[in-house]
Amino acid sequence: MDKKKKRSITRGVVLIVLLAAIVYTVYTSATKEKVEVLQVGDKAPDFELVDLYEGDLKHRLSDYEGKGIFLNFWGTWCKPCKKEMPAMSNQYAIYKDQGVEVLAVNIAQSEFEVKRFIESLDVHFPVAIDQTKSVMTAYNVDLLPATILINPEGNVEKIITGEMSEQQIASYMESIKPEQE
Amino acid sequence: MEKLICVCGHENPAGTKLCGKCGRPLTEEAKESKIVDMKYDGAAIRSKTRNKSIVDKVWNFFSSVKVGIALIIINLVAASIGTIFPQEFYISVSTEAEKAAYYEDTYGSIGKLYYELGLSDVYNAWWFQILVGMLAISIIVASIDRGIPLHRSLKNQRVKRHESFMKRQRVVAEGPVANGDPAQTLNMIEEKMKSLKYKVRRDGNALLAERGRFSRYGPYINHCGLIIFLAAVMLRLVPGFYVDESMWVREGEVRAVPGMEGYFIENEAFILELHDNEKTENQELQGVNAVAKNFQTNAKLYKQAEDAVPGQTDNLELVKEYSIRVNHPLQYEGYSFYQMDFRMNELSVMNFQLTNKETGEALGPVSIDLTNPQDEYIINEQAKVELLGYYPDFSGFENGEPQTLTPTPNNPAFIFKMTTPEHPDGEVSFVAIQQTIEPNGDNEYKMAFQGVETRNMSGLTVHKDSSIPLLAVGGAIFMIGVAIGSYWNHRRLWVEQLEDGTIRLAAHTNKNWFGMKKDLDAVSEYAKLPKYLDQSEEIEEKEGDSAL
Amino acid sequence: MSLIDLSGNFLFIAFIAYLVGTLLFGGAIKNTKPDGAAKRADNWGKLAIIVTVVGFLAHLAYFITRWIYTGHAPVSNMFEFTTAFGMFIIGAFILIYYMYRISALGLIALPVAILIIGYAAMFPSEADPLVPSLQSYWLTIHVITAAMGQSILAISAVAGLLYLLKAVDPKSKTKSRFWMEAVLYFCFLVVGFILATVIFKGMGYEANFSYVNAQGKELEITYNMPAVFGMNDYTLLTDGKMEPLVEMPPVINAKKLTTVFWSFVIGSVVYLLVRLISRKRILEMLHPLVQKVNLNLLDEVGYRSVLIGFPVFTLGALVFAMIWAQEAWGRYWGWDPKEVWALITWLFYAAYLHLRLSKGWEGKKSAWLALIGFAIILFNLIVVNLVIAGLHSYA
Repeated sequence: MDKKKKRSITRGVVLIVLLAAIVYTVYTSATKEKVEVLQVGDKAPDFELVDLYEGDLKHRLSDYEGKGIFLNFWGTWCKPCKKEMPAMSNQYAIYKDQGVEVLAVNIAQSEFEVKRFIESLDVHFPVAIDQTKSVMTAYNVDLLPATILINPEGNVEKIITGEMSEQQIASYMESIKPEQE
Repeated sequence: MEKLICVCGHENPAGTKLCGKCGRPLTEEAKESKIVDMKYDGAAIRSKTRNKSIVDKVWNFFSSVKVGIALIIINLVAASIGTIFPQEFYISVSTEAEKAAYYEDTYGSIGKLYYELGLSDVYNAWWFQILVGMLAISIIVASIDRGIPLHRSLKNQRVKRHESFMKRQRVVAEGPVANGDPAQTLNMIEEKMKSLKYKVRRDGNALLAERGRFSRYGPYINHCGLIIFLAAVMLRLVPGFYVDESMWVREGEVRAVPGMEGYFIENEAFILELHDNEKTENQELQGVNAVAKNFQTNAKLYKQAEDAVPGQTDNLELVKEYSIRVNHPLQYEGYSFYQMDFRMNELSVMNFQLTNKETGEALGPVSIDLTNPQDEYIINEQAKVELLGYYPDFSGFENGEPQTLTPTPNNPAFIFKMTTPEHPDGEVSFVAIQQTIEPNGDNEYKMAFQGVETRNMSGLTVHKDSSIPLLAVGGAIFMIGVAIGSYWNHRRLWVEQLEDGTIRLAAHTNKNWFGMKKDLDAVSEYAKLPKYLDQSEEIEEKEGDSAL
Repeated sequence: MSLIDLSGNFLFIAFIAYLVGTLLFGGAIKNTKPDGAAKRADNWGKLAIIVTVVGFLAHLAYFITRWIYTGHAPVSNMFEFTTAFGMFIIGAFILIYYMYRISALGLIALPVAILIIGYAAMFPSEADPLVPSLQSYWLTIHVITAAMGQSILAISAVAGLLYLLKAVDPKSKTKSRFWMEAVLYFCFLVVGFILATVIFKGMGYEANFSYVNAQGKELEITYNMPAVFGMNDYTLLTDGKMEPLVEMPPVINAKKLTTVFWSFVIGSVVYLLVRLISRKRILEMLHPLVQKVNLNLLDEVGYRSVLIGFPVFTLGALVFAMIWAQEAWGRYWGWDPKEVWALITWLFYAAYLHLRLSKGWEGKKSAWLALIGFAIILFNLIVVNLVIAGLHSYA
């Protein structure tokens, strides 16, 4: 009797393990793409980029700890990027003193193009060029514009792809501003 | 119905067909058949022994070979469905809408149905994975279920078998020894069988000669290999085990490697070579003008300093320099870079000549590096060209402003301000390919187009697959198992000398009866044994007769 | 004489030797009257196998000289691969012959090889330059091993066909009789394809068309047979040639469909002529020839060749293929149609082995399975290469 019971248990365990393996396989392959991409709540990968205008100024994410970071990826050919920039500039003027930093990261274009573009729009926030696309890769950006909100703790608060209205930008900046201020 | 007690007193588990000790048939079916069923040597298949709880029922389902074969066939059919039209990963569109449109446009309503049923991505469908998984379960359960009892019965073989067992073997013989000393017969059989590389055991007046028993384990070994292989395939889904990314790098560019943090790759040159043969008939048929001979990217792989973060590009350390070609990937620390694609001749430099339209007098050349345009190009003290705007992929004007469609210089356009001795304040000109606009009326000078320099772009894929070693182990075990099971066979000869000196023998092999009979012929001749009979041929002849 | 011409001559010698070999094997099994003719049959058989071996050596000489000439194993296009496949079938037959000494096998194996070589000869025989992905020693290893595996598996179909020729009674109306006749009819269609190609080529038939493909691009195509089916939105460019009867949608390659059509027509005509003249089914004509064969032994030959061929096929068509794919593309498996069909072939023979082991499918059932297995192999060689687009479609 005992032997029989033992055998039944062994069989049950074998079957459960195999079933679990199949469920895991089907589940992970169905959700594969989502797993690999940066997700809300993750620690934002650190990076360092040189400022467009001041060669000595380096924007390093870890140096901004305690501040909310509004990280915007863009390109000169991207029309929605262009549309949202003045709004970003306006809101930055308001939230700058409340501990929110904006960094507009251009995707590997030439300095000439980027400078001309920024100047023609008359916007004012720090801009940097991701020459090797390494920051873009680290943040898994493939559609522009893409905006990553990083809270004062250095975690990803929200990922926005597509154009944002000025109202949205304001509320996003509000959401990542440090508390005591 | 727990145990079957044989006449010889041996206790057999329920489901046993032939007594484990003496070989007497135990079931009605086995008693009636002329030739006994020797698979698993008549041992009880575990699943056949009991059938009660849910667990047992599921177990029995998967242990059935019938179910296994059905699963093989279902998998086969499912796999074949995926080859009717190209799978999604072979067509070069990305969004769902484009895919749907592609199948409908190319293959009509059948294509549309194919796409909508998800058959265009069959191999990633959940139900396909479940089918493969069920096959895997079937392999594992059936192997456990049959392998263990078979192993036991092979290990505990008796030399002496009962008459009813011997007589129901396919090849049998009974009769007196033709001539010579009957007392010596068993010795002679032993001697001959040993020379044929059989292992011989004796028990009183009985003898068992056996060869190639290990081949019976072949199927179980290959099933083990398959399971390891499938487990390795599954392992790829564990994060970090598998990287599959693709990237484009232009000549001269340094790019971060996706999926390989802290590494950068530089494309020094992309080379395309063509065969210089005369067009063959096959090329003619396929409309191919020239056949490629080589796709090559001369690449440099760099590593960032240990504590560096993305975006820092100083202090890159060169770790490998390699010419990546098809079949020759760059390999570094488990990562491999494969040459997958290329685009030739993207504009990189445009050359102009600042020229007086009327006289044709050239003031000097201006060469614009499209990857890094400058604010101004000074020709001499009195002449310079300022660049007011650069639009790499000019697509028209919007509110009077030139637009660019992409960052790639497919259709570069410029706004120049040309300062010349005659026009110290400058003349403005918009220059695009085959289009010049002079907003302030007729200019005296123009930027005369001189020529271009181009560069190539290389498409690479980056792979890391940590499951490969396990996969290789699984594959190797499988091959060994298949080879053992296919190229060797288990041959057995049972002999018993009866009281009156006559010989009764029976022979069995799991495959290759032809070889078995050759051995039998040899030993029969040597030991003057009675002539053997292949009972299956007897049956066939009878059946053949009745059919006619 | 240049090396490539020499190579072609060797192939021709092999072809002739196989033809002669077939006749001799026919003699070997026909002389069965008990008046001492058995010995004569034996001599015929000996001569037949000698001729076959000579043919095989000539075939091998073709293979080697062509290899030297092109600088790579001659298995890189449809002509080369199919010719090599025919050679390996003969090789596998010789191997099995020396194991079991069944002359009757030659009566099937040789014609099968002849048809395959004939089929190969319908493709351009020029040596094509190798594209980068094929420039690897794995081309040699993978393709040759896979072809050897397929050839040994093909011998099981040869044994199966022989088994069924004897076992299926041509006099009683059964499903088996119908399907056997269908298998034999298929052989006539292959002959039809060869005849159609040779006849129209001999006439120098050529008609150019322009057409529009699925992507809306305008292209040109040359038909070498009277165009029964026209490509999508075709225009006939050559004067005085036949206008197509039916226009096809862009998914279907109407040129290939036309070839299939003519093969059917000519194959069927030949088949009907043979039936009319002999007033017998083909099965009925062949049935008496094979009365001498031992069914039990044939069944074993069929099973044995699957046992020998299966590991070789696994190694060549799956294991080596995966190693090469990993090296060339960084993924050992890509669900390319040819890959999938190799997997299907493998799964099918796995099912064959399990059915035989556990369900006792022997004799007739086993023989039918062997024929289906060979059909899958042929499907992979013909349909997957010519119809389904993929990495392997090199013809």
